[in-house]
Amino acid sequence: MMQLNQSGWKPEMGANDDGAAGTFTGNRALMLEEPLIFEIGGSETTGVDFTVRPELVEGLSSSSGSSDPEGQGFDKLNPNGILGNLLRTAPIGLPGLSEPETIRHYTRLSRQNYAIDLGLFPLGSCTMKHNPRLNEKVARMAGFGDVHPLQPRETVQGALAVIHELAHWLVTLTGMKAVAMSPKAGAHGELCGVLAIKAAIEAKGEDRPVILVPESAHGTNPATAAFAGFRVESIPATPEGRVDVEALKAKLGPDVAGVMITNPNTCGLFERELKTISDAVHAAGAYVYCDGANFNAIVGRVRPGDLGVDAMHINLHKTFSTPHGGGGPGSGPVVLSEALAPFAPLPFVEKRGDEFMLIEEETAGEHHASSFGRMAAFHGQMGMFTRALSYILSHGADGLRQVAEDAVLNANYILRSLEGVLDAPFAGSGPCMHEALFTDDGLAEGFSTLDIAKGLIDEGYHPMTVYFPLVVHGAMLVEPTETESKATLDQFIGALRSVANRARQGDPALKSAPHHAPRRRLDETLAARKPVLVWKDEGLAVAAE
Amino acid sequence: MRYLPLTPADRQAMLATIGATSIDDLFADVPAEARLSGPIAGLPGHASEMAVERHFSALARKNMAASHHPFFLGAGAYKHHVPATVDHIIQRGEFLTAYTPYQPEIAQGTLQMLFEFQTQVARLFGCDVANASMYDGSTACYEAISMAGRVTKRKKAILSSGLHPHYVSVAKTMAHFTGDTLDTAIPALDGTDMARLLDTVDGETACVVVQYPDILGRVEDLAPLAAKCHEAGSLLVAVVTEPVALGHIKSPGEMGADIVVGEGQSLGVGLQFGGPYVGLFACKEKFVRQMPGRLCGQTVDASGKRGFVLTLSTREQHIRREKATSNICTNAGLCALAFSIHMTLLGEKGLRSMAELNHTGAVDAAQRLAQVPGVLLATPTFFNEFTLVLSKAARPIVRALAEKGVLGGVSLGRLYPGEATLENGLIVAVTEVVTPDDIETLATALEEVLA
Repeated sequence: MMQLNQSGWKPEMGANDDGAAGTFTGNRALMLEEPLIFEIGGSETTGVDFTVRPELVEGLSSSSGSSDPEGQGFDKLNPNGILGNLLRTAPIGLPGLSEPETIRHYTRLSRQNYAIDLGLFPLGSCTMKHNPRLNEKVARMAGFGDVHPLQPRETVQGALAVIHELAHWLVTLTGMKAVAMSPKAGAHGELCGVLAIKAAIEAKGEDRPVILVPESAHGTNPATAAFAGFRVESIPATPEGRVDVEALKAKLGPDVAGVMITNPNTCGLFERELKTISDAVHAAGAYVYCDGANFNAIVGRVRPGDLGVDAMHINLHKTFSTPHGGGGPGSGPVVLSEALAPFAPLPFVEKRGDEFMLIEEETAGEHHASSFGRMAAFHGQMGMFTRALSYILSHGADGLRQVAEDAVLNANYILRSLEGVLDAPFAGSGPCMHEALFTDDGLAEGFSTLDIAKGLIDEGYHPMTVYFPLVVHGAMLVEPTETESKATLDQFIGALRSVANRARQGDPALKSAPHHAPRRRLDETLAARKPVLVWKDEGLAVAAE
Repeated sequence: MRYLPLTPADRQAMLATIGATSIDDLFADVPAEARLSGPIAGLPGHASEMAVERHFSALARKNMAASHHPFFLGAGAYKHHVPATVDHIIQRGEFLTAYTPYQPEIAQGTLQMLFEFQTQVARLFGCDVANASMYDGSTACYEAISMAGRVTKRKKAILSSGLHPHYVSVAKTMAHFTGDTLDTAIPALDGTDMARLLDTVDGETACVVVQYPDILGRVEDLAPLAAKCHEAGSLLVAVVTEPVALGHIKSPGEMGADIVVGEGQSLGVGLQFGGPYVGLFACKEKFVRQMPGRLCGQTVDASGKRGFVLTLSTREQHIRREKATSNICTNAGLCALAFSIHMTLLGEKGLRSMAELNHTGAVDAAQRLAQVPGVLLATPTFFNEFTLVLSKAARPIVRALAEKGVLGGVSLGRLYPGEATLENGLIVAVTEVVTPDDIETLATALEEVLA
């Protein structure tokens, strides 16, 4: 969760020279520049050798238009070869590299990335925690990684067992009735929950066109509700950073289908009144959607089902540590209350006796007749299910509880260690949950959250989430997670304290940070004004001007 | 617990700094009645790495893995050989454990890779631009239908009968809620429904969606359909579930498709029992501002060096909220990387060789299998996948083949349950991993189970 450059800042070309002599290559020791594959590869180069089937060398080459030597009738089907004029003639323009060049290209690129393996990655709401390598090993076992989704059910009982076992954990940990496993990511899970709500309302023969969403919500919440055809109405926050319950109650009525609430919320606070809200929403005939992006703060200590939630997605890539992979893939199973469970999307895995069944369109009518349908091809993000279950089994019920405790402890340690140097708008109202929120209040004239973020890059950290949530000015949302040691936190606190002090004092060098990263600040305005989205020869010329 | 670095002494020291007496103080905002006093009953406790690995090994052994058997399944997911290099690189922590590249100064690796990926996809599909990936082919397909609606301001989409039934099912789910109208049909074994598509497209049509090659493996010229769509002010959306095909046959973009989406699983990603996969999404440049999903673009940094950023974000939910082009946030970053590395290793030359091997192998197999008594070839044109009509219902035959250790294909009974005209249909995919011995094994087994 991040906002892009909001300051409209535009770099001055050629400025900020650090004074060091240039190198012939443009490299700076271990900081290595790497061209695009289109600049170094060739259409005749390949890094893959194929075994040509000996009997294919001689004939049966339908594509070349030769006749069929065995007389099996292919030439009768189409005398010009079965693909005729659909054969590709034009070049594609795909460069290839040999294997060593390929390894080097991507290894060099990888070194321009920050990653959780390199250090603290305190992106609030994103939950960047250690990714255990056991999970990678498990996901790659041939019985999981090398199985086709349409194989006969009898040949994939172990894979279905994994889905079933993970589903059992998710339902039990959340205290809910059922879980839809197929959503592909958090936002897809939100869509699943909102469609279940819409289906439930249709089933009652009602027309409720409105979904209520708090101001502090992730952008995906209103976008999802709008996609599903709802009108989005905003609910304000209280001065202490929580949903304004009275304002919410005032909006409830026969036109409201549901409320989307994040708990813990995006200010890092637990919504104390969620049960009260749920009761009021249910009394008004509507449903409660909980954005479970922050479930990692409460797993094992609180069950959302006890708070009256009807649907909640769980980002397996957050709470259960499947790797973020530079932007996905994610996985967003949705737990459902008794009221919404009948509307869950296909497919389901069910256990009958000792056998695992896959319930798809064919048999859904038997006892899932109200399902709202299918959300994606096949059965969900199996590769994420194996990883998440591996993480869950490693921790166990006791370890998961410790996960939530350590995540919250680490965040509060950061909050209390930094509230003296950064404005912490809600610190006075009590402890935070898994993330600590700060604002840009108190920085020198002309200095912003963006400058602090870029300063942290020079200190060797990925910045926190910036400019989100929208309910405070210049937000900085810090989520350390449970997998950081005290020593790591202490060093980070020292670094952020130092950068914050420079921003308070107006250190001009901070305005041009980062100085030590593979790139200086990038011109996002130019990128949007003159979009160059694919490589073209002339694209280079433009950039060099 | 091996993943948690805090020691009991650390926890005490930190609580002291915070000014709390116990961890429970930090959960003070949770109402007392919702607080759990200890680990949830009925769930097991923590386990060693060895114990967890053994648990999964036992479950994995209950599945028939594709590489351990003669394997002929396709229908939207294909088994290709993935070079070892691909899995090595995607497991580098700098790629595996990075986040979405929102801080571009320290994410150029991911960003440059995405820029290369976008270019590869655009060129393969014959389009001007491509995005940084979607969840999978089926969701990319409904996003394309949505996008065509935004571009044309029309609400009706015509879906070819050759579109993957799961994709149709997803589109139907979404259309029910968005109020779009879908015109759909069940495929026939004796020919495509191109004539129906040409006849039906009209001034109300936002788009026609056609899969290429289609669910039964057939390949057909899309140019006349594209012309007809454009005449009616509609868009042609092409869906490619087997991108390797485009190493051998013309791209949909070349034939006039406006939006080309697809499933990128074939390259680099692997079968994985259906996910995670990688949705490919490309279109003509003039529609770029209506595209869903993340886009990477080229720019310069403050010292004038070329660099890459996520761009045109004003289409996206984190800026535009309820006015966004889609609610999508996550893409399929690591799967896009796997696709891109595999494509870089292949290059044009390798992709064409691989595609030709697939096609000639499939022709070989079709010829051999058509010799089996009770087997007819139903698809006159195909790339690496074709449909056979058996003398009996195919679904039990597939199970019987599996009992003989052969994963023989996807029955149309599985994909179109209850459709009597299709129940004898069997879709067979033949990629470069299939050997002549595998084909012979399938032919022999098929002969036995059909006898």
